[in-house]
Amino acid sequence: MMGKINGAQSLVNALEAAGVDVMFGIPGGAILPAYDPIFDSKIRHILVRHEQGAGHAATGYAQATGRVGVCIATSGPGATNLVTPLADAQMDSVPMVAITGQVPSAAIGTDAFQEADIRGVTMPITKHNYLITNPDDIPRAIAEAFYIASTGRPGPVLVDIAKDALQKETTFNYPKTVSLAGYNPVLEPKSEAIRDAAALIAQSKKPLLYVGGGVIKANASRELMQLAEITGAPVVTTLMARGAFPDSHNQHLGMPGMHGTVAAVTALQKADLLITLGARFDDRVTGKLSTFAPNAKIIHADIDPAEIGKNRHADVALIGDLKNILKALNPATKAALAKSAPDLTPWLNEVYGWRKKFPLGYDKPADGSVSPQYVIERIGKISGPDTIFAAGVGQHQMWASQFIGYEKPRTWLNSGGLGTMGYAVPAAMGAKVGAPDTTVWAIDGDGCFQMTNQELVTCALNNIPIKVAVINNESLGMVRQWQTLFYNQRYSNTDLHSKRVPDFKLLAEAMGCVGMRCEKPEDVDKTIEAAMAINDRPVVVDFNVHRDAMVWPMVAAGTSNDDITVARSMAPVWDSQEL
Amino acid sequence: MAIHTLAVLVENSPGVLARVASLFSRRGYNIDSLAVGPTENATVSRMTIVLNLEGHALDQVSAQLFKLVNVIGISEMKDSDSLKREILLVKVANTPANKEIAKKHQAVIADESASTISLEAVGSSAAIEALLNDLKPSGIRELVQSGLVALERGDHTLADRTLSTMGTANESDPNSSTADYQN
Repeated sequence: MMGKINGAQSLVNALEAAGVDVMFGIPGGAILPAYDPIFDSKIRHILVRHEQGAGHAATGYAQATGRVGVCIATSGPGATNLVTPLADAQMDSVPMVAITGQVPSAAIGTDAFQEADIRGVTMPITKHNYLITNPDDIPRAIAEAFYIASTGRPGPVLVDIAKDALQKETTFNYPKTVSLAGYNPVLEPKSEAIRDAAALIAQSKKPLLYVGGGVIKANASRELMQLAEITGAPVVTTLMARGAFPDSHNQHLGMPGMHGTVAAVTALQKADLLITLGARFDDRVTGKLSTFAPNAKIIHADIDPAEIGKNRHADVALIGDLKNILKALNPATKAALAKSAPDLTPWLNEVYGWRKKFPLGYDKPADGSVSPQYVIERIGKISGPDTIFAAGVGQHQMWASQFIGYEKPRTWLNSGGLGTMGYAVPAAMGAKVGAPDTTVWAIDGDGCFQMTNQELVTCALNNIPIKVAVINNESLGMVRQWQTLFYNQRYSNTDLHSKRVPDFKLLAEAMGCVGMRCEKPEDVDKTIEAAMAINDRPVVVDFNVHRDAMVWPMVAAGTSNDDITVARSMAPVWDSQEL
Repeated sequence: MAIHTLAVLVENSPGVLARVASLFSRRGYNIDSLAVGPTENATVSRMTIVLNLEGHALDQVSAQLFKLVNVIGISEMKDSDSLKREILLVKVANTPANKEIAKKHQAVIADESASTISLEAVGSSAAIEALLNDLKPSGIRELVQSGLVALERGDHTLADRTLSTMGTANESDPNSSTADYQN
């Protein structure tokens, strides 16, 4: 243990000590010393085809398992190709550690071959980062990186290691504990704040649970269910929180936001109290902030103190780990409600009335072509609630959030904050590696798919049999929808011609996958079933769908949630007493 | 009041100034002045940051700053309970009138040639400004000013509180205008 080894071996020892079982990466000059001991390590290294794929795979792995995802790349372009996944992980609070090689320390700052200041580049898009030039610092940096990535509000940490630090001799000393002067996340909420929150809940006649992705990060779904049942309050789950609370539960109103359900969006607007759990008042949820939830007091529970009051003033702030918060808040709320509990019946009748009156729906195309929503809905039904779904970004992502029923946390993976097209295939790959016995579907668009499909080669060669549904409307569909609605149907550069080129079926087969195509509504079920039957290879299904389908409801960017439209130029028709 | 002074204790590690500068730039916080230097503890540096926070809440700025792993503690330095000083070096014509102004403002003549004198002054922002206003009519050849530095009055030290207090302050009081974030 204490013998002389090189920095590269020390790095691999440290990754093993940190509990890493898999990492995604590509070797190159500066990181090459590390790849020699990786050859002998028990850590599974999956050789991807593009570093962006390694980064999103690490994210998919992390989101599916709750563990830290790991990716590794060389200096310069290898490292800069990780920039998008790092920014993505930062926005969605994904625990990730990225290891990059750096040019030898003497060459740093000389514009050496394949030199990029990746520590400088990633400062604003990582939770923290390191540049290591002394091999003795490697184990501590790795231990700190995993600690920072996985505790508090999770996030990505990059460790950039100079090539000579990997080559020089050192001794391996993995720290037993990590202590950082400037990093001590608050995990336990203050008891006074819990008391204040419970008191607000007990006064509320129109409470609403506004649930964000933090509930999933904190593994607090069970505690959330308890709070929902104690309060009887309706629940909305944001795009990052789909699966945190079962869609089948009677109190669930669905997703709020730009493409949320009428009931969820309207409940936010009409509530007198938002019990906000691990959500951050993102603009896609609030719409025009000054008109958001105008009558509501705010309880804001989050592990990140900087989220409190960032976009919306909090009447009560609960800072801590959500599981701890809910474990304290649930009995306090129960006790407060035992003393006085307002009658929620009028409120519940109102919100459940909206849900009944304005359900999610879609029209079947008149020309008999396939409706994209139908395809996604059927994949959800046929695969069932144990399946993990990873979506790209755009219309198909919104439909996958709307029309698949999520019953369990960590079954819905997507790029919510950064909105990274190309996320789905590599994230599905990472999820499948983390959960090999679970069916993993990537719901992708034809635009997104063409950004990162090269990782299907990685899947085919490494026995990672994911399933990919390409919802092919031969367009950048969401952009096209905005052009339809806001740019006089001037379809500037959104036509991808992807029903002609490429041939996704042939492309899939060229990459070692099974390729299928579905062009008729009556073939949808049997195509999905055929794809479900294949478990030894990745499957890609090219679903040719109608290109004019749009995502509804919609709150146009920058407008008020009060101006939600259920279809083009169509506001919900309210009963007079509701207005 | 949009101008605030923050004293920030940071780990003395490479890149920490870039992290702070990057954060302020990214979130659109305006820095009026920034002074960084060593402290009584060799592993810790201290930044004094004067911020113009038009449109931003001090609590939010402090909370964002405190998220940086290398930031150990933050405290607002209020005019009422802290010492605030700037350093000015200014080159003006060597005239009896300018020497008289220097004397009036207790500025030291640090260098003198046949045609110019270089004055050194230490004082509050207002005192420095008053000196410059007196010098301006006869012409300023060149001037350089340090960022403001601030130290709490009385027996308290920021480092003491930083070492003794864990957790963040005023987390449930979003209306509070002070922002002490301590680890």
